[in-house]
Amino acid sequence: MGAEAQVGRLAADPADYRLDAKIPPGPIEQKWDRHGFDMKLVSPANRRRYTVLVVGSGLAGAAAAAALGELGYTVRCFSYHDSPRRAHSIAAQGGINAAKNYRNDGDSVFRLFYDTVRGGDFRAREANVYRLAELSVNIIDQCVAQGVPFAREYGGLLDTRSFGGAQVSRTFYARGQTGQQLLLGAYQALERQIGLGTVTMHTRAEMLDLVVVDGRARGIVTRNLVTGAIESHVGDAVVLATGGYANVFYLSTNAKASNATAIWRAHKRGALFGNPCYTQIHPTCIPVSGDHQSKLTLMSESLRNDGRVWVPKTVGDTRPPDQIPVGGRDYYLERKYPSYGNLAPRDIASRAAKEVCDEKRGVGPGGRGVYLDFTDAIQRLGEPAIREKYGNLFDMYERITGESAYRIPMRIYPAVHYTMGGLWVDYNLMSTVPGLFVAGEANFSDHGANRLGASALMQGLADGYFILPSTLGDYLARAGPVTVDAGHPALRAAEAAVRERVTRLLAINGKRSVDSFHRELGQLMWNYCGMARNDAGLRYALVKIPELRAAFWENVRVLEGNEEVNQSLERAGRVADFLELGELMCLDALQRTESCGCHFREESQTPDGEALRDDEHFAYVAAWEYTGTLARPNLHKEPLHFEYVHLAPRSYK
Amino acid sequence: MNLILKVWRQKSAHDRGRFVTYEAKGIGAEMSFLEMLDVVNEELVGRGEEPIAFEHDCREGICGACGFMINGVAHGPERGTTVCQLHMRSFRDGARLTIEPWRARAFPVVKDLIVDRDAFDRIIQAGGFISAPTGSATDANAILVPKEDSDRAFDAAACIGCGACVAACPNASAMLFTASKVTHLGLLPQGQPERYDRVRDMVAAMDREMFGSCTNIGECAAVCPKGISLYFISRMNRDLLTASFKGRERFKALTAAGPAA
Repeated sequence: MGAEAQVGRLAADPADYRLDAKIPPGPIEQKWDRHGFDMKLVSPANRRRYTVLVVGSGLAGAAAAAALGELGYTVRCFSYHDSPRRAHSIAAQGGINAAKNYRNDGDSVFRLFYDTVRGGDFRAREANVYRLAELSVNIIDQCVAQGVPFAREYGGLLDTRSFGGAQVSRTFYARGQTGQQLLLGAYQALERQIGLGTVTMHTRAEMLDLVVVDGRARGIVTRNLVTGAIESHVGDAVVLATGGYANVFYLSTNAKASNATAIWRAHKRGALFGNPCYTQIHPTCIPVSGDHQSKLTLMSESLRNDGRVWVPKTVGDTRPPDQIPVGGRDYYLERKYPSYGNLAPRDIASRAAKEVCDEKRGVGPGGRGVYLDFTDAIQRLGEPAIREKYGNLFDMYERITGESAYRIPMRIYPAVHYTMGGLWVDYNLMSTVPGLFVAGEANFSDHGANRLGASALMQGLADGYFILPSTLGDYLARAGPVTVDAGHPALRAAEAAVRERVTRLLAINGKRSVDSFHRELGQLMWNYCGMARNDAGLRYALVKIPELRAAFWENVRVLEGNEEVNQSLERAGRVADFLELGELMCLDALQRTESCGCHFREESQTPDGEALRDDEHFAYVAAWEYTGTLARPNLHKEPLHFEYVHLAPRSYK
Repeated sequence: MNLILKVWRQKSAHDRGRFVTYEAKGIGAEMSFLEMLDVVNEELVGRGEEPIAFEHDCREGICGACGFMINGVAHGPERGTTVCQLHMRSFRDGARLTIEPWRARAFPVVKDLIVDRDAFDRIIQAGGFISAPTGSATDANAILVPKEDSDRAFDAAACIGCGACVAACPNASAMLFTASKVTHLGLLPQGQPERYDRVRDMVAAMDREMFGSCTNIGECAAVCPKGISLYFISRMNRDLLTASFKGRERFKALTAAGPAA
């Protein structure tokens, strides 16, 4: 089989287009194992002849770069940060799921698979999710071997806790800093390979384009953020592990620099974009405090293990929380979802918070907040026990709000947190551009329409440590080493395009700052493509976003200076891409007239206000193809089949 | 509130740099320090002046990207807080604040408040890891770790690599940074086989990077946003001492076996 046969190529005529997910045959529990045997191997002596470019150094990127380096490939890893350790995976708080069943509470690989498919509201691929659940077990083993200091019991064994959307205790954690510790584990493995010379690290290098030669991904173009130099890099394959695009909303829990540029440029070079409208709104964030707010801060979902969510029962009850008697409180999650209570999945908990605030029962300034109350847990377990579990989160809350959650209930409100959408990939994590692999949050794959808590870390590491090292090797073995000359016209053309764009941004010299455009876009996205969406609102946004984009290219002010650090130039390029991606998100949300997971279309709900899926018409992955015109992308559909988890309405009542 | 800011401006590594005074007007107490700088920068851009370059990313105090001196104190006046989590309610109206980058030979200025901290990565490369290639692990619960050790290892592992310890130290020493990683890994059973090589190699790398020596002043621990304790430095010194004896034994073994070994 040649390279072309094993990849889902773009056909000349969109009507002939076939999205082939390349799901291996056989029973679901044997697919990954069998696939492992069917994949071709690159012999150890030949691996160093292949160069793999890994863009991004978060959990997925650092893990992939380290694992590929260990195998002996020549790896070059790129990050726009000063160090790979800064990637935003570091901010994940709560934990990582693994089907270890150390608690003897009935967990299994199948149950984690089942919970994840159902948690994603039946909009993920069964085979991918099953593999993720299988690998979850190896991830914990690997991380412990690296020295990740997970929480432990007095007997020296690993501790676990519960998370939303599950009735078993399968979440491993390191206080409230699980992401930090896992990322540092991957970072240390990566630094070890850098020291050994298998991986070359390029920091402060931002990818601004993908280079495609003869239909294959063969390189990237980067801008050096210190010197402004535009450089191209050639490789045999490219891995994008560049995270999600929640910052399209301006205010989100993502880090300030998190952006969509790498995946968006790849999209414009031929990679299909899967389910762009699936956006996770996390229920427990610190509410917005003022107009100058630059970002939102998450309070880990793990807090819902011990905190109870409530608002006053009656509109206009402005008494301080401790003076509202129990009878005057509405513990709405416990009331509406008795079996999951405060641990209802994120999409459901977020919508419920919006609903009570829309009824004007919200608390705090502006009425956009609900209480997360630890009084009962403190009485039951004592303050030291709560401090042990969540101390750093309570401290962070106090630093930001000036209030102590040991005494006053926290105020929380939903905020944009994660994007399930991303570049479409097949079972091998390869996009529709041969040789372009996408890992972690940057791909669309495993979470369907809603991600369960503690699943992002699991997916990033599964992709990086275990999946890519196999599937990428298979691709390289089949494609063979083909040299691309450093002077190839495709490289020169991509470099020229990047240079032209930088020059264009610097030449506008308008009146408005980059941030003011970004805030306006964010407001549009939050109002019309946020927690609840409807036809009229989306159509309105689809008129407004192109107008805003045109205004940006006429009137943005980017200060001169390309030969040194120029942070407003960096931001301008990212916002320019968000202004395009936002439109695709609205188009995707408009075509999906059902509600599913985080995508809530007001037109499609049950009589009691729950999301109403339409499996007959929408059990597919929406994969969008860039056609050269932003307003008219082609929609391709990958049908989803459910053989192991019975398609059923999703209820947590 | 209104503030007067005296900010270090330096175009690039080759520029001499100087202080420039700015006014920050109409600042809200609920803003973070970096949001206050955002406001100043928006105004500078509006006037066509170059905004103040500073590093930041997560703004949750965990990525370690941000950090500079405020009135001579790394990360400013609040203990256990990075500048991104420092809020303006910690300052009074009319305050005059001097803002300058980390100063250390091993951290050259890149621009304004941005410094180059690559030296930290190179210290980690020298041994700040456990050699556990992917796929080689045993079952996670096969390794028992006493809770006390695990908790203490975590305390050390909480380091965010911001560099405040170096900036605060009169000797610009990187002992607290290095000791936190040496201790994190050295406390765990998984980290034992490489324990003494690790400390020797990491300390050697630290010296190569031209960080200063430790004279037990303790400024580092006082400004550390994660509250990392000086205890870890003494623990690292103990390991280093042990390593020097072990090293000699190994050296003897090597020389006894002849040059081919």
